[in-house]
Amino acid sequence: MENIVIIGNGIAGVTLARHIRKQSKHTITIISSETEYFYSRTALMYVFMGHMKLEHTQPYENDFWKKNNINLVHKRVTKVLANQKSVVLDDDSKITFDKLVLATGSKPNKYGWPGQDLEGVTGLYHKQDLEAIEKWAPTTKRAVIVGGGLIGIELAEMLRSRNIAVTFLVREQSFWSGVLPFGESQMINRHIIEHHIDLRLDTSLKEIIADENGHVKAIITDKDETIACELVGLTAGVSPNIDFLKESGIELGRGVKVNRMLETNIKDIYAIGDCAEQHEAIDLRRPIEAVWYTGRMMGEALAQTLTGNPTPYQPGHWFNSAKFLDIEYQTYGWVWAKPKEDELQFYWEHKDGKKAVTIAFHKETRAFIGINTFGIRMRHEFFDKVLTEKRTVDYVMHHLAEAQFDPEFFTSHKKEIQAQFTNQFIGLKTV
Amino acid sequence: MSNSTTNKAITSSQSNPLNSIQKLGLTLGFLGLFIMTLAFFNVNFPQKAVWLGIAITSILVGIVTYARSTYLSKPAGISNNGIFHKSLTNQGAIAWIIGILLTSFYVVLYWFPSFLGLGENGAENTGIVGFFDPLSYFLNGHVASQWFVYGTFYTVAILGLGYKFILKYRHNKYQLVRTISVMFFQLGFAFLIPEILTKLNPELPYFAKDIKNMWPLNYYFFEDWHLTNMLQGGNLGMFMLFFGIAMIFIISPILTYFYGKRWYCSWVCGCGGLAETAGDSFRHLSSSTQKAWKLERWMIHSVLVMSFVTTIAVIFTFLSNNPDLSFITRNQFIYGIVAFLVVFTGALYYFKRNDLDTDAKFTMLSLVAIIIISIAINFFSGNQNILFIDSYELRKWYGFAIGAAFSGVIGVGFYPLLGNRVWCRFGCPMAAILGLQQRLFSKFRITTNGGQCISCGNCTTHCEMGIDVRSYAQKGENIVRSSCVGCGICAAVCPRGVLKLENGDEEGRINSNEILLGNDVNLMDLLNNK
Repeated sequence: MENIVIIGNGIAGVTLARHIRKQSKHTITIISSETEYFYSRTALMYVFMGHMKLEHTQPYENDFWKKNNINLVHKRVTKVLANQKSVVLDDDSKITFDKLVLATGSKPNKYGWPGQDLEGVTGLYHKQDLEAIEKWAPTTKRAVIVGGGLIGIELAEMLRSRNIAVTFLVREQSFWSGVLPFGESQMINRHIIEHHIDLRLDTSLKEIIADENGHVKAIITDKDETIACELVGLTAGVSPNIDFLKESGIELGRGVKVNRMLETNIKDIYAIGDCAEQHEAIDLRRPIEAVWYTGRMMGEALAQTLTGNPTPYQPGHWFNSAKFLDIEYQTYGWVWAKPKEDELQFYWEHKDGKKAVTIAFHKETRAFIGINTFGIRMRHEFFDKVLTEKRTVDYVMHHLAEAQFDPEFFTSHKKEIQAQFTNQFIGLKTV
Repeated sequence: MSNSTTNKAITSSQSNPLNSIQKLGLTLGFLGLFIMTLAFFNVNFPQKAVWLGIAITSILVGIVTYARSTYLSKPAGISNNGIFHKSLTNQGAIAWIIGILLTSFYVVLYWFPSFLGLGENGAENTGIVGFFDPLSYFLNGHVASQWFVYGTFYTVAILGLGYKFILKYRHNKYQLVRTISVMFFQLGFAFLIPEILTKLNPELPYFAKDIKNMWPLNYYFFEDWHLTNMLQGGNLGMFMLFFGIAMIFIISPILTYFYGKRWYCSWVCGCGGLAETAGDSFRHLSSSTQKAWKLERWMIHSVLVMSFVTTIAVIFTFLSNNPDLSFITRNQFIYGIVAFLVVFTGALYYFKRNDLDTDAKFTMLSLVAIIIISIAINFFSGNQNILFIDSYELRKWYGFAIGAAFSGVIGVGFYPLLGNRVWCRFGCPMAAILGLQQRLFSKFRITTNGGQCISCGNCTTHCEMGIDVRSYAQKGENIVRSSCVGCGICAAVCPRGVLKLENGDEEGRINSNEILLGNDVNLMDLLNNK
């Protein structure tokens, strides 16, 4: 029986703990300074918008941990003493371990903007961020959000739900255009504006200005425009939350360096989730994957290793999803913002401007590479199988009905999509 | 160069103030209610019919106006903003006031109808019941009863708030079709057709004419007076009797097999209809804790046993007292029931013992309890005394405790406090039976979409049956629960497209995965198929 200590009670750490418990009697301790109990970070926005209470974001009831003999410590780890096999907490007490797992997640990026630490400036990542926004919201007439990604648009939606005016600064020419192909990105731009969000493309933040009390009163953009505001949301991505590890001797890059077994350079210390950085990226993935699903999968894999079944982290086909205000987004396989040289992209958009599909495939072999869908739900299982079996784009086109996951009675746009594809790409080859 | 954007608003606009159209809607709606209130306090309107028409129209137009202004001013999509901030929808003072008013209304309705103005012993109706006389005459040819008043209110609520629900979920065709269905069945089958049939057959004794309201939800279907009235009710009575029995033994099992119990609970049923429309604003108040689930199992199965026993007891007494009226003896009846239940329960156990979850086991045990009690009835009962209790007394108590107090007073009165499906979840014997079939013999399931769940909890929070949907979805497991009424709201509120209500092969319907889709293929094979 080993003594396993996990730092971080997010999806990675908690998945790991649950799976270790399923398969062993190891002592498990989860340490977190953020909250006593695991909650779903992705649901913070719904708490602010009043769709849920914080307790609803907790996937397990409070007595779950005791029942499963998982110890919870609600304290901050300040240091890891690798050679003593212990961690130091903020009250100077120590916890020893046989195996240590770092699952500390991310923190919002701050790029050294003047005024970035003022009152009224926040990211949206931790529960504490939500509490800060909740505190400032009643006196906020306008908020400025900096950074056009998934968190930025969530924060915009949150603030709009309480009728707070929002100016949304996006550095790129179009929303999330580093990830989304042109047509999709344009569609989301329009949807943002439809929700009365003041979208400023090709605009970045230069400076945040304080009032006499040290609270935000305005920002200045790179175009020297001053925008009066009482709240600034910094949502320009996240980076691994690893500052406390600087003197630990654990090899760090942008994150905690790990191999495919999720081991760090120090024996018996592992890292999973947002804070882990692969020495070499897996397939076309990024070395650091700050995504819910990858955190969970790393937890699932490492639990095997720690219970006697050494298992490398070997993610399957890429998938992800998000929701942009009212428009749901799903992706399976790879669809790049700009198709690679040997790729073609097929783009279909519904006339109401709220549904779209992009399919990437190989020019020569017509092999299916990936799909993005907006406002249309697709079946994960279907595309996972298509990718594993290396099917062609024509196969996917023929089996669109099987692929759809929309609720019953929804209008299927299958025929329209197929017709356009046939038109554009020289006939539908039989499969 | 310097330009700037300043704030023009004087205060933060956090509170969403009403716009003028919404105010107009509220005014119209509450003026209509106010007219009703005046009638309740015995204000004697000249031209009752006109004023009643004005009142009902005003309420409906008010709801429509308010709803259109509220929902059509925003892009279509999930609109649950602020439900946990508002007094009405978060068990605040307004919720309590409405809860108290509704509960009091039910108490008066069931036990003190004279307070509503029901003329007793041939006296003329006054008050609100009297106010409805013209409409009642028009529809069924009689003076109004408190039930007519209630039925009208009920129908108006389903129609008005059903329209509101449709606007709220106008991006979701499943919700649209389903809501039109409950509105249609309420207006046609529960309200208009029975009234009109009564008018066309004024000579017949009373029996239920709402063919979709089946036993055991309609707990008096097999009571002696009701059976007698149906038997003496000419062709219509015979039709209702045979259709009622066909509903229970043929139509319902077939539909439940193909579509799950949703065909009834959230598409047809009147209780469900009110819960889905008027109760929609309170669905998130249904507790999804393990504790609530335990309580639910005990309560719904207790009611199930009581409803069966009461019915069996009443028929038993009927057969004992009227051996000449019927074609079977009480012995044949009891052993017929026992044989049927033994075969039914035994077959279920034999074929489906691997699919039984705790809910299903409870239901099976309830059936066994019913078998035992039935046999005991036969051995230890006289004609009237069933297990030393008067069977008519038993039925009276069932009617009081379950039929009135539970389904009405608590079931609807407590909407704003305990959620909109209290009755369906904790009390409805019909739901228990359909639930057993749904779990074991049905094509229906809610499919979980691979590994896409982010555990956000929207599905669990907004499940009116208090099912912890997330606990299945985050394991990549399909949701095959007895209590699921198939309203489809979990799938609607899911931000990642994870849930889909489907009817499909029974193969792989109940699944359970250790490792979710998207991870290492070998690891999934190793752990999921062991």
